[in-house]
Amino acid sequence: MKFAVIVFPGSNCDVDMYHAVKDELGEQVDLVWHDVDNLDQYDGILLPGGFSYGDYLRSGAIAHMSNVMAAVKKAAEAGKPVLGVCNGFQILLESGLLPGAMLRNKNLKFICRTVELTVENNETMFTSLYEKGEKISIPVAHGEGNYYCDDETLAKLKENNQIAFTYASDVNGSLSDIAGITNEKGNVLGMMPHPERAVDDLLGSADGLKLFQSIVKHWRDSHVVNA
Amino acid sequence: MYKVKVYVTLRESVLDPQGKAVQQSLSSLGYNGVEDVRIGKYMELQFDDTVTDVEGTVKEVCEKLLSNPVIEDYRYEIEESAKQ
Repeated sequence: MKFAVIVFPGSNCDVDMYHAVKDELGEQVDLVWHDVDNLDQYDGILLPGGFSYGDYLRSGAIAHMSNVMAAVKKAAEAGKPVLGVCNGFQILLESGLLPGAMLRNKNLKFICRTVELTVENNETMFTSLYEKGEKISIPVAHGEGNYYCDDETLAKLKENNQIAFTYASDVNGSLSDIAGITNEKGNVLGMMPHPERAVDDLLGSADGLKLFQSIVKHWRDSHVVNA
Repeated sequence: MYKVKVYVTLRESVLDPQGKAVQQSLSSLGYNGVEDVRIGKYMELQFDDTVTDVEGTVKEVCEKLLSNPVIEDYRYEIEESAKQ
């Protein structure tokens, strides 16, 4: 399976993501600059964390106008897995690939620590190797991760099982403790916590690795004969 | 030439933790009468004469980029301005 890690000016978790896929997952991966307009050769798209365009205007607002985002949308429409982490999640929200928006953390602080997440939905291509209700330790590092959407959207997220991860206890004020959501089709996941920083016991936790392994398993099951 | 002033504010239904902190700070300074503070953004856009539909363009850029309709409202003022 071949992944693209999209790099924007100001991305700073791109190399972590690259390392997670190449060295821990053992799959092919390229760092792809934001001005390309074709991602057809890739099977999975990863939008890393950071501060694209210095978070000017709103987090992710400028990045979502990048050339590459049309190709990311095309990949999402084709059903390919698209994962946005932290700033990547914010870009997916700004681009409309996921519903809702991010507000400043409730306590106005940049929160940087490992938190406990609950796997709410393990029937997605990103979470199939977790147990439903499993508690996992994944680091967060953000100032604007306070997820917000209107009541109607929240009801829809719940009804369609689009809430993949929640914080086991309140971290940033997010509505319903939402840490990660998918689109309706289930092939686009945005999450504030950083699974790519939790892929080896040496990093303090390897709980994030199963997320990447789930993506590969899903791809193998549908693309490889006798998988 | 037109000068456009754009004001982007959080929707009424959205909590503003930054505004809340400022309100509390004002209250600790003794300004107890300040009931609520909402923080927003102010932008100035300078349009040249090649833009024919200024108002339409302003609305378009506000909706596409300058504000996020999920959490923000916008309003604008258009002023005619002389060439500098």
